[in-house]
Amino acid sequence: MTQRHLLAVFNNFDEAEAVIKELRETPIKGFNFDDLTMKSPIEHHDVEEVLGSRSANVQWFTLVGSILGGLLGFFLISGAQANFYHQIKGGKPLVPLPPNFVLTYEMFILGGVFISVLGFLVCAGLPAKRSPLYSAKVQVDQIAILVKGDDSAIAALKAVFTKHQALEIQEEAGK
Amino acid sequence: MAKDIREDISWAQINSDVLKSLESPRPMYWVIIAIALAMFSLFVGGEIYQYRNGMWVSGQNNPHVWGLYIATFIFWIGMSHSGTLLSAILHLMHADWRKPIYRFAEAMTTFSLMTAGLFVMVHLGRLWQFYYSVPYPNERGLWPNFQSPLLWDAMAIFTYLSSSVIFLFIGMIPDLAICRDHLHPGWRKKLYTVLALGWEGTDRQWRNFRVTYLTVACYLIPLAVSVHSIVASDFAMSQQPGWHVTSFPPYFVAGALYSGCAAIITLFIILRYVFRFEEYMTLPILKKTARLTFAIAMVWTYLNAIEFASVWYSHDQASKDVLIQKATGPYAFAWWGMIICGSVVPLALAFKKVQTNIPMLFSVSLLLNMGMWLERWMIVSPTFSHGYYPWTWDHDQFPSFLQWGMVFGSFGWFTLLFMIFCKVFPSISMYEVKEMVYHRSLASKMGGKGGH
Repeated sequence: MTQRHLLAVFNNFDEAEAVIKELRETPIKGFNFDDLTMKSPIEHHDVEEVLGSRSANVQWFTLVGSILGGLLGFFLISGAQANFYHQIKGGKPLVPLPPNFVLTYEMFILGGVFISVLGFLVCAGLPAKRSPLYSAKVQVDQIAILVKGDDSAIAALKAVFTKHQALEIQEEAGK
Repeated sequence: MAKDIREDISWAQINSDVLKSLESPRPMYWVIIAIALAMFSLFVGGEIYQYRNGMWVSGQNNPHVWGLYIATFIFWIGMSHSGTLLSAILHLMHADWRKPIYRFAEAMTTFSLMTAGLFVMVHLGRLWQFYYSVPYPNERGLWPNFQSPLLWDAMAIFTYLSSSVIFLFIGMIPDLAICRDHLHPGWRKKLYTVLALGWEGTDRQWRNFRVTYLTVACYLIPLAVSVHSIVASDFAMSQQPGWHVTSFPPYFVAGALYSGCAAIITLFIILRYVFRFEEYMTLPILKKTARLTFAIAMVWTYLNAIEFASVWYSHDQASKDVLIQKATGPYAFAWWGMIICGSVVPLALAFKKVQTNIPMLFSVSLLLNMGMWLERWMIVSPTFSHGYYPWTWDHDQFPSFLQWGMVFGSFGWFTLLFMIFCKVFPSISMYEVKEMVYHRSLASKMGGKGGH
């Protein structure tokens, strides 16, 4: 069955929250609540609670990036120092741990930051082409709800949007 | 009580006011750009002259191997710390008053670091070999000393610069999307379209954005502390009298935050006027920044006193002689200037009338930064002219005109970069100001006092 996208634009978070609650509680055949996306000019924690637990996994990228960065830093320095064997070290260790901590620490942070950004791009789906259903007013002061549903669900979804005073409803044939 | 940002200001108005700043600043903007260009050309001219004639023209020689270049390098590194303070530390503390001003503070961090980096290269002389200063494997026979604070310094600054640029960029993505959607077609729109990465403000994007921003903020704080601690180690890990002080790292960090906060006040006042940001860069925010600067000034003063006390009671005669020489010798005018500008002038910030008096605050902020610059000079030069070896004692040196010119010109370079940034990118975070007014209006509806 063909799926379509609908984008409804609302005046404020209260209206958008009411719509999301209703769509969550009312079973509509051909519509999966997980396919609902909210677009807003600012982040809104209350509405996100209504959306349910949707995870953000950037921190795992950070952890991996930091560990890899730290290891890379330490082994790069130590690898270079290990070649110093023919230099006179005055009895000091070839790979001295305390001073190596500084560069390891810097690389730990560098790895963490760089890979966090990579994680952000992956997890947030960026860079991306702009969706065909888009309202620039979302970047000003309006809240949009984007849903995907079967042909059979479209009428019910539209009815919910209209009931909650959607300012604008855009429709597109989905894939 | 001076007016703060209106809770009922519309979000469309916020967009429109900030976007206007990208197109039509006051004429003073172009005056500042012209002055900055003239100053920067002095820097370029100085560098060309030094490049053609060799380092000797700068007047740096034995024992004065570090002069104003290194003192100014430390100054600019220090200046960069306030961006992290305002952005990251206050972000973690949920201080919502930072929201209208943190973007330019972050930009200040980035451009200060770029200016500091210039001084490393200028000081090296051989510009084309600047990459020798980074931790480099020894395959090419360079044999870098991985145990040297100078090498740590290069790595720390590179890490800080790249992380700061990332932090600035990530925090700007939602605003770049606003610019993309609301500016007329042209090169700017193309630029914003590329940089916005297709941001649409979906819940998925916001969720991951929040975690990333918070994570990078958490990493930036220890990084900022490590950067200036390492700069302090350039001195403290040596055996030179006056430098071998255990309190140097916290002293440097406090000094960095101090000069950065003072610079934020200066730039706050300039941007407020030039871009007509009176509605957003309000006097209550200025007042809070002034109070923060006052608090940090007192910490710096305390650490300064601790440094003098530990030198005095350590009975290390050479260090004591350097301290006495600073206060009474040929550098006394600069040393007392540092004390007056750094510890006495900030006392004015304790007065409420000064905290919201723009001309007065502007003057005070400039004096504070002059004090902080003198501090860096007073760390570097007096030790060289009064080291352990008696032959250094008759080598008092006043920096050459070339060094002064380069220092002066670096302010032009910084101002030029900073002002161009503010004209091309939104210097006020639109989405965060919206969040601020939204939460404040919610709090007032619920009978709270507003804010976090």
